[in-house]
Amino acid sequence: MPATFTRHQVEIERKDTGYGGKPPLDRRPTGGGGGDDNWDSRPSGRRGPRELLIRYRLAVLSVLTADFVFFAVLISVFFVRPSDGHISPSQGYVSDWHPLLVPPILWINTAILLLSTVTAEIARRQLFHEIDIMEEWLGLGRPAVRRAAPWLAATVVLGGLFLTGQCLAWHQLVQQGLTISTNPNSNFFYLVTVAHGVHLLLGLGALVFALIAMFRLKRVEFRQIAVDCSTWYWHAMGVFWGFIFVLLIASQR
Amino acid sequence: MSGPGSFPSRPTLRRGVFTTDPRRLAVLYLLLGLAAVILGTLLSLVIRIHRIWPASPFPLYGLLKPEDYLAVVTLHGTLMIFFVLTVVPQQAFPNLVLPAQIGASRMALPRLNAAAFWITLASLLVLLAAFFVPEGAPIAGWTSYPPLSIFAAAGPGQGAGMDCWLVAVLIFCIGAMASAASFLATIVLRRAPGMTFSRLPLTVWSWMVSSALTLIAFSVLLAAAGMLLADRHFGTSFFVPGGEVINGVLQHEPASPGSPMLWLHLFWFFGHPEVYISILPGMGLASSLLANFTRRSVPAYPLMVIATLAIGVFGLGVWGHHIFVSGMNPYAGTAFGLTTMAIAVPSSAEVLTWLAMLFRGKIRATTPMLFAIGFISFFIAGGLTGPILAQPALDSYLHNTFFVVAHFHLVMAMAGVFSIFAGIYYWYPLLTGRRMNETLGKLHFWISLIAAYGTFFPMHLAGLAGEPRHYAQLTGPVESFVSLIPVERGITWSALTLAAAQLIFLCNVFISIRRGNPAGENPWLATTLEWSPIQHPTISDGPYVYGIADGTQKDYLPQWTLPPSNETEQRSRKWDAATEQE
Repeated sequence: MPATFTRHQVEIERKDTGYGGKPPLDRRPTGGGGGDDNWDSRPSGRRGPRELLIRYRLAVLSVLTADFVFFAVLISVFFVRPSDGHISPSQGYVSDWHPLLVPPILWINTAILLLSTVTAEIARRQLFHEIDIMEEWLGLGRPAVRRAAPWLAATVVLGGLFLTGQCLAWHQLVQQGLTISTNPNSNFFYLVTVAHGVHLLLGLGALVFALIAMFRLKRVEFRQIAVDCSTWYWHAMGVFWGFIFVLLIASQR
Repeated sequence: MSGPGSFPSRPTLRRGVFTTDPRRLAVLYLLLGLAAVILGTLLSLVIRIHRIWPASPFPLYGLLKPEDYLAVVTLHGTLMIFFVLTVVPQQAFPNLVLPAQIGASRMALPRLNAAAFWITLASLLVLLAAFFVPEGAPIAGWTSYPPLSIFAAAGPGQGAGMDCWLVAVLIFCIGAMASAASFLATIVLRRAPGMTFSRLPLTVWSWMVSSALTLIAFSVLLAAAGMLLADRHFGTSFFVPGGEVINGVLQHEPASPGSPMLWLHLFWFFGHPEVYISILPGMGLASSLLANFTRRSVPAYPLMVIATLAIGVFGLGVWGHHIFVSGMNPYAGTAFGLTTMAIAVPSSAEVLTWLAMLFRGKIRATTPMLFAIGFISFFIAGGLTGPILAQPALDSYLHNTFFVVAHFHLVMAMAGVFSIFAGIYYWYPLLTGRRMNETLGKLHFWISLIAAYGTFFPMHLAGLAGEPRHYAQLTGPVESFVSLIPVERGITWSALTLAAAQLIFLCNVFISIRRGNPAGENPWLATTLEWSPIQHPTISDGPYVYGIADGTQKDYLPQWTLPPSNETEQRSRKWDAATEQE
């Protein structure tokens, strides 16, 4: 069978130095997209799958910055309020910041949240595992989704457990007679835990959305975005909780 | 509507109303701002008329009671600050030109950006609902200081009306932050190749700083408003003072009282950056317009960028100057006075640059240029009283007088509104392909300028004479301010003239849609990319290359370079079509 083939133009132009060596970098055959396969020089919006991911990450970062300020404001109350006592003629300086017994279940909740952060991160990394993603991109099944799904589901369950634990903690405090309106410390306690709980509920929604989206979305990069953004949000809420928890524990003296 | 004919209406509704196209969103925002500004202006006229004729009833309403007066003042302030001075410069204008000015065809996160509009609209509707709930609109002022804003018994409108106000503010915060996040992502990530940070137009720099301020400031307001709602409905006591007696009735006594001062600090930590959120875009626009209409580059472009950034940073540290007389520690007052003086430095740097541009350039007095000069005039006139009010000692006399009203109406309201007019006259051809009528525009400018000074300048004198804010009327059993009545009368007539002059503007806007002179491709011979004839051009120059004399006809170098052949344009069209499908 006579082999007939046409040499690629690049091959013809390539000057053979005669003694081997590396092929010239400047005249590499490109992937069929013309001479400029450098995605960065394309107009924005056409710079490949990673561009969209970065865009969403930046939006999440902006929102988290705002959220950080939001929690900073709530926590500022905590720093301003305890020093706001009054001078009594008989007793001298009287502080009205009454310590409360932080329900021990919060320690368990904190451990659960930490664990959920770890599982979320494992799920996120599965979706960026190069070989699996290549397979998904080429349409050879969905190994990354298959591996990430249990971890993401575990995160959702752990998140649900944390929120249940928080509800238990509030319930225990109410049993002790400490409601939101009892004293400044309980005001603060409920304010930050409820605000954080609402944020976590939103995060849980995002995780459930990501879990469904992993199976429903047709494009790899959208699946990555859904999981990546909800995970970063979840991580931030974990960090915020760590800070809040330390404050709650440290302030009860 | 049913039948086969209704089938195409769904996509039309989706694209026409629930659109993600930034230009259409800009029109929606402008209409929202127009509705708010008409209502806000009418309320301000009610204020002015009531001050000189307190005994004459309003048609369809009757006599304005003192509490009605306070409700009108509250809603006037809230509408103007949130829905006009924030929505138009910080949400409508960026949607109109921000993507184009950085060479992008659309926003980085179009759906988030579009959602922000609907959230803002919902906020406006909730706010306006305050007029119709039992007891009517709140009376606590746009600052809603506790304890007035905590107890429903504190006055009419402090029940359901105050709740409407708080919920509207909460919703507005979320909308503002969503659009700010979308602008930031767009500026950082969607710049065209070659659009480096040192080639960004100053408007884009302004929007970058004001968007960052929006994220920070509005999240503070969100937290504070949430805590105030908790105080009102969940029995917390963050802002509730103890022993509050209203009409002889001791109010709900918290287990241990909180501090209204905390609200003051949190509110003004939002409130002062808010001033810069609404004025920074105007400053960027003024720089661009001055460069264009004097045909000179902006001298010291890096200095202007640094000044913009510095104003943004310093703006976060001056909030205390609003509350000098609140019982704040006097040493803190001194510190805030100093930071306030410090922010005058970058502001003056910008003002001096503008003045230098005006002195050295050939001024082409088109309507947008006149309004830009008007903006600078008000910024200086109002800004000069800033350092006076920044002195704790002087402020203890001037606080809550009309001197303060004059100050912020000149430096924020009038300067902000004039920059909005400059933007609308300047960018009108982008939306309609026509220019607004110049004769009507100049008439509008001169009447507005004179009437605005006539309205707000005499307020300085009234304030120095001690006339307080928030008083429904000056006459009555006490006759301290009777001598000010002629001044008040002059102010009111001037305000009526000012409002009437805006009818010229409205006529001009609507007539010019059909009858304006066709604008052509680049009517102002501008350099920035919103006037580029093609999308995705190559960016080759800085934003303000004017006044070059190389023998050709053009005295400017636009930021875009037209492609050498047809091929590039086709390619960019192909990319564009592909982007649309995304």
